Amino acid sequence: MEIIVNGDPLEVSEGITNIEELIQELRLEKKSLIVEHNQTILKKEKHKETAISEGDRLEIVHFVGGG
Amino acid sequence: MLVNNRYHRQMLFDPIGETGQKRLQESHVVIVGVGALGSSSAEMLARAGVGTLTLIDRDYVEETNLQRQQLFSEEDVRMQTPKVIAAKKRLQEINHLTNIHAEVIDAGVDELEVIVPQANLVIDATDNFDTRLIINDICQKHHKPWIYGACVASYGVTFTVLPEETPCLQCLMDHIPSDGATCDTVGIISPAVQMVVSHQVTEVLKILTENLDALSGKLIAFDLWKNQQMELKVASLKDETCPSCSKKQYPHLAYQAQLKTAVLCGRNTVQIRTSAEKIIHFDEMKKHLERNQHIKLFSNPYLLSFEIDKYRVVVFRDGRTLIHGTKNVQEAKKVYYQYVG
Ligand SMILES: [Zn+2]
Repeated sequence: MEIIVNGDPLEVSEGITNIEELIQELRLEKKSLIVEHNQTILKKEKHKETAISEGDRLEIVHFVGGG
Repeated sequence: MLVNNRYHRQMLFDPIGETGQKRLQESHVVIVGVGALGSSSAEMLARAGVGTLTLIDRDYVEETNLQRQQLFSEEDVRMQTPKVIAAKKRLQEINHLTNIHAEVIDAGVDELEVIVPQANLVIDATDNFDTRLIINDICQKHHKPWIYGACVASYGVTFTVLPEETPCLQCLMDHIPSDGATCDTVGIISPAVQMVVSHQVTEVLKILTENLDALSGKLIAFDLWKNQQMELKVASLKDETCPSCSKKQYPHLAYQAQLKTAVLCGRNTVQIRTSAEKIIHFDEMKKHLERNQHIKLFSNPYLLSFEIDKYRVVVFRDGRTLIHGTKNVQEAKKVYYQYVG
């Protein structure tokens, strides 16, 4: 299925069903991050229960420390 | 008339005008960290006519800084000039009207408790989350806005924290990441720095000129190399149980008070801070070190640095010491006690 992540199309395998799995797939699970799913900001505890489907729009922002 | 005209183009910009310019002149901004982000912020604010800048940084200029830290020169590298001293010199050349306090110190709780209440706001230009969380608590405690900013590789992120209004950094971050992605491991390109600073300084200008309606209110991030821009409205993440902005317990002020050593991220360096009572006798220390023929010694008015075995040790006048060449706190302490005392 194809979703949009940070404005760019992304093809994800059918095995990825929720936000938590997507974050792992993108190898972002160790980062402190904030996810917006179809214009709704998700608290971290909602990542597992939030399903993703074709055409969903996600914005993912992670915190970095450099300066 | 240079003095009267230098802000003219900025005053033509309607939201600032003559009133805004006067407000800038009466303002005091603290910049914590004078590396890449801090150099750029400081230069923009000095040029813009902000009356007083306090620059805080614990480090001195190194060759790898020159690629992006715009206030420093090769001469500063040769002289191992502390960053805030080099920055102040350059900024005074740019605008002699700016009042600049240069603090060669580690921005700890004790230091910020004194400095932050005197200022209008704080710009975060640090390279670590420990200091950011102290800034976050101090600014809640003293009711000062602060502007988070950070970058690595071609990615940057920024957010303006307004006490009593927006979520704070503690609300937004579920944990402190330690995945080893720092400017020293995955690098940094200068445009990413400048992009973060553009957002930060614009927010600062809005606050200082009292154009609060214009503030972004968003968590802004970008990746210049991937051509991505993200803006998230995060107001809903203000946490009513947050120990920093809601419960006002300021957990990072208490914890930090005990911390005396810190491994500097990605730098193979341990910093050791001594108690405030300890006085370093610089000249005597120098004499002692000169007696050891295995030691290569260098000094300037602000610091003393020497090499021994695989270590390079830098002692600042306030007693703070950097042990380069190890990440091991115990090993660093041993070197410290061996040569600094
Ligand atoms: Zn908070």
